[in-house]
Amino acid sequence: MATIDVQGVTLAYDDTEILHEIELEAHPGEVLALVGPNGVGKTTLLRALSRQLRPQQGVILVDGRDTWRLSHREAARQVGLVPQQADGDWPLSVEEVVALGRMPHRGWFLPLSSHDRQVIRKTLQQIDLYPLRHRQVATLSGGERQRVLIARALVQEPQVLLLDEPTANLDLRYQGMALTLVQQLAHEQGLIVIVSIHDLNLAALYADRVALLAEGRLLAKGTPHTVLTAELLSLAYGIPVVVSHHPVYNTPLVAPVLPHKKNGVTK
Amino acid sequence: MRRSRVPLIFATTVALLLVTLVISVGMGAVSIPPRQVLAVLLQRSNPELSRTTVAIVWDLRLARTLLALVIGAGLAASGSAYQALFRNPLADPYIIGASGGAALGATLAIILNLNVVMPAAFVTALLAVTLVYFIAQAGGHVSSVSLVLAGVALSTLLSSAVSLLMFLGDRDLHEVFAWLLGGLSGRSWPQLQLAAPLIALGIVVLWSMSRPLDALTFGEETAQGLGLNLFRARALLVAAATLTTAASVASAGIIGFVGLLAPHIARRFVGGAHHLQIPMSVLVGALLLVLADDLARTMMAPLELPVGVLTALLGAPFFLWLLKRSETWPQ
Repeated sequence: MATIDVQGVTLAYDDTEILHEIELEAHPGEVLALVGPNGVGKTTLLRALSRQLRPQQGVILVDGRDTWRLSHREAARQVGLVPQQADGDWPLSVEEVVALGRMPHRGWFLPLSSHDRQVIRKTLQQIDLYPLRHRQVATLSGGERQRVLIARALVQEPQVLLLDEPTANLDLRYQGMALTLVQQLAHEQGLIVIVSIHDLNLAALYADRVALLAEGRLLAKGTPHTVLTAELLSLAYGIPVVVSHHPVYNTPLVAPVLPHKKNGVTK
Repeated sequence: MRRSRVPLIFATTVALLLVTLVISVGMGAVSIPPRQVLAVLLQRSNPELSRTTVAIVWDLRLARTLLALVIGAGLAASGSAYQALFRNPLADPYIIGASGGAALGATLAIILNLNVVMPAAFVTALLAVTLVYFIAQAGGHVSSVSLVLAGVALSTLLSSAVSLLMFLGDRDLHEVFAWLLGGLSGRSWPQLQLAAPLIALGIVVLWSMSRPLDALTFGEETAQGLGLNLFRARALLVAAATLTTAASVASAGIIGFVGLLAPHIARRFVGGAHHLQIPMSVLVGALLLVLADDLARTMMAPLELPVGVLTALLGAPFFLWLLKRSETWPQ
């Protein structure tokens, strides 16, 4: 089975080092969450994984093959990227946007085959977009748009699915829906899913493993219970943090202790 | 957009274009009824048809009307491509400096009496577009303001260069000037024969690249994530769109705003997917320019207005309206 293997990746913009010798691997069927403070390199790591940025040192292997040795199309058949938000509101229908995910298979010119159409239809049905397929994407809600982008990445039929802050613009209900879907894709379809996420409690609930980044380095990796601890999080974020347990799922429940907060009851 | 309506929309537009074409050929100082125009075009021998009528249709009007059609189609296709490439609803061959660039090359060739008007127009247009792109680009996103400013500034520079050339060149200023204003007056088969194949080639290349164009509307990151070789796709698209623009400018001067209006109208009818939007833009652009040329010929007859002046009169207010709405795409 394919794995993704990040070996000693160092990446700098101009002279500023963003990522320093990152070692990380992810396996089929698991959700790996990238967490850490703003500007710590989560998005940069995702960009390196999706070949937007080339590491100065180290390699990223998918299925044992260096992603930078693949053609653009081959890489897009291995790794699907779900960007944070659909930028631009070009008047395209849901189906037209999702169909673009077949470009890595069809190339620039070839018309979609019946197999392509079948993949598109199945994916739209799988994530409840089929009834909306003729709607203009610009008229959809934030949660629906998110699903369109996930569907587009899925019809690429990748082995690795990367999601950049998939819950950033969603309300509580849609956050849960989006991450439940992401979890299903990993657990039921055997995809490698890597998500960057700010919300540590969501990471604790939905990720199988968590990688905690701080200042471009990998501070810790492991299960939510081992990584999302008061000690590690206080170190990474530079503020006191307490970790409790989710009342229902018993996963770590993270709360900051805010030094400047004046009102409210302190125990 | 409901799929089922698309074929009907296309059929209607094609029919409208054909009817307009026949009526347009009949319009002018000597008015010819559509029935006779059709008879001449279909070469049915008809005792009613005088040799003058046949001559007017074939030698004077048909080529000119077809040229208007081809140029309108070409400008619309390149406008479609530029709008997706720049991810900006204000992009148009005229606004982004392609037309101005082509005009400079063409003027240079005319004044130097070199027989390379078309290649010269292409090369200078390509340079102009590339320059505007790099000036306007900031962090992968081309904002409306920087695009328009860069385009306008460069166009001003280019038109000053053209004026300077005209001033220095020992040529009939009026002739070059009238050509620059964008007109189809006196254009006939030779211009059509030169422009039509190049414009057709440009349109076919752009249409065949509908999928990369769709991908590019989502920005670099997504397009690349979908397996698009950005550099190769952009280079080919810019080349094809600019070839189309240059061929239009070299044969009929600067005609602005058709490339802006037509894609917007087309998107209203068939949506933004380029495999539908480009053919629809082509039809709408052809229709617009044929109609504009009809107006230009008849409004102040026997005086002919340059058609570029008319398209600017109609198109500029639309452009300002779009600018007011700024970054949003009209749905």
